[in-house]
Amino acid sequence: MEFLQLLLSGLANGCVYGLIALGFVLIYKATEAVNFAQGDFMMLGAFVMIGLVNSHFLGINFWIAVPLALLIMGALGYLLDITLLRSLFGQNQVAIVILTISLGFVIRFFAGAIWGHEPLNLQSPLALGDVRIGGAVISLADLAVIIVTVLLTISLWQFFQRTKLGLAMQASSQNQMAAYYMGIPVKRVQGAVWALSAILACIAGILYASKGAVDVSAGFIGIKAFAAAVIGGFGSLPGALIGGLIVGVIEPFAGRYLPSGYSQLAPYVILILVLIFRPHGLFAQVRTKKV
Amino acid sequence: MRFHFKTSYDHDIRLFPDWWTFFVYGALLAVMVALPFLMDSFFLSEVTNVMIWAVAGLGLMLLTGTTGQVSLGHSAFMALGCYLCANLMFAGLPFLIAFPLAGILTGLIGALIAVPVLRLHGVYLAIATLALAIITEDLIVILRQWTGGVNGMFAPDIMIFGTEVNRWVNPEYWYYMTLAIVVIVTLIYVNLLRSPLGRAFAAVRDSEVSAQAMGIDVSRTKTIAFGLSCGITGLGGALMGFFAGAFNNETFTFLLAIQLLMMIVVGGMGFIHGAFLGAIVIAFLPQGLSIVTDNVRVLNIPGLEFGAFGAILIFFIIFEPMGLYGRWLKIRTWFELFPFARRDMFRRQKSYLKTERVR
Repeated sequence: MEFLQLLLSGLANGCVYGLIALGFVLIYKATEAVNFAQGDFMMLGAFVMIGLVNSHFLGINFWIAVPLALLIMGALGYLLDITLLRSLFGQNQVAIVILTISLGFVIRFFAGAIWGHEPLNLQSPLALGDVRIGGAVISLADLAVIIVTVLLTISLWQFFQRTKLGLAMQASSQNQMAAYYMGIPVKRVQGAVWALSAILACIAGILYASKGAVDVSAGFIGIKAFAAAVIGGFGSLPGALIGGLIVGVIEPFAGRYLPSGYSQLAPYVILILVLIFRPHGLFAQVRTKKV
Repeated sequence: MRFHFKTSYDHDIRLFPDWWTFFVYGALLAVMVALPFLMDSFFLSEVTNVMIWAVAGLGLMLLTGTTGQVSLGHSAFMALGCYLCANLMFAGLPFLIAFPLAGILTGLIGALIAVPVLRLHGVYLAIATLALAIITEDLIVILRQWTGGVNGMFAPDIMIFGTEVNRWVNPEYWYYMTLAIVVIVTLIYVNLLRSPLGRAFAAVRDSEVSAQAMGIDVSRTKTIAFGLSCGITGLGGALMGFFAGAFNNETFTFLLAIQLLMMIVVGGMGFIHGAFLGAIVIAFLPQGLSIVTDNVRVLNIPGLEFGAFGAILIFFIIFEPMGLYGRWLKIRTWFELFPFARRDMFRRQKSYLKTERVR
């Protein structure tokens, strides 16, 4: 029974990691850049939602606030792309890595200045109630996280495989110049994907905030999401979810069975092992060019 | 404007291209030596702090600026250098032996770690090194037998030729010691760049494929670069820990590694001067901000330092990717070529990105 309980809590946490990792993968898949600020986007999404919903801020109804928060974050993602990231269009990835790391610092600063550095709880209808599954208890929030994540992953995966925009996104990452020749408005596509990943971060943030208190440094769980994305093979959407689940499930078990102090090492050790033995992750996206 | 008439092949690799440069750097050294007589001990320790950051920055510059490999985990090697040096001194070695030995050992361990890690490219390398930095934070707590864990460790007294070098008692000795280390490290760096190995570093940075075509063993070159870089950064870490007097797991967080990377970006990626200029920015930013917030109460927000730092970095990445030293180069070129300098001389060329996933 303890096993099942650990597994369930691990799965719920893993889904949050997976959601953030999905954001990484989306941007990587479409722009070949890695957004080191994705965790901070999630934190910001959670705080935007808290600012809209909580009674001592605006106090809007939860279900009206959800689309509002998504809209705000999406607009923010698009604005960041057209103001900051577009000026680095076509440049080396490293420049974008450094840009997004500093963006994370700035976001953390603004969130701290607006909402303070104390942990805050989202007044969410998901925070109430539990569901019993065969003796193990799972909170409504955890269940929502799992369902939303699985649905999102499947729909985004299909979006990338099937729709015209999804294919345009993939094309513009594989070869920007060739994408231009094919008539893809590469810059606008990139703006769209930044908006999309900011929305995704906002969903992750809302779910994360429903699970417990959020503070300004919550964005650092983005580092665990890196582990998830890398394990899944950066660039594969289902891989990101599975990587997230692996990291999420290993954590509570390591905490339970390993001596204290060692358990928080587990995700990073796995990350490094995967990088050494399967550098391109479990669902490798690297292919050798066929001539 | 100066012209370099090259009359022998050695002119290309001279340490100083002409007498004027020699004179400028000689004058700089003379000023640095005379500094303790011109400044009070507070500013002296600030300058010492700048030089310590510069040593650590030079280490990362060698890897990121010169060899083109991004590391977000150099705080791990700063910690390693610091704890190694302290432990060697507790084992009875004098500082003059323990300090270089700590650097060498850190370099060797770094090179060992580099073998698997450097098979990774760009972003993957950044993530792997970031994980390394985070693991190190936890390892410091776990290995409390050698590191003192969360309680940390007090730096042993530094004795050089029977004289105690103490930051509080005789700050000018600390200053001279750091100055000597900075000069030695910088000379090593400059000479490295003149050697075939240094050229190989730059070749690997500019294009791995063409470096390979020129007969450079890319993975060996990268490993050596990683090792040397870790060694120098380890020296910087040892200095930083000893300068602070006490250090624990929170001294060397991964944020330190990120700060280090940002420092060399602000200073100017790929230039030795960049490490120093970046160190000046990073060491004086907290003081500068506290002066501003003392006068403008509205700005007194916790976390301002990192926020301002991020904003400065975004500004640099977008408007001045060559950093402060690049700005200086542009100004100098403008004066040297006056009135023929054109704005487009340093313009970033339009480029298109291709995926790394299809090789």
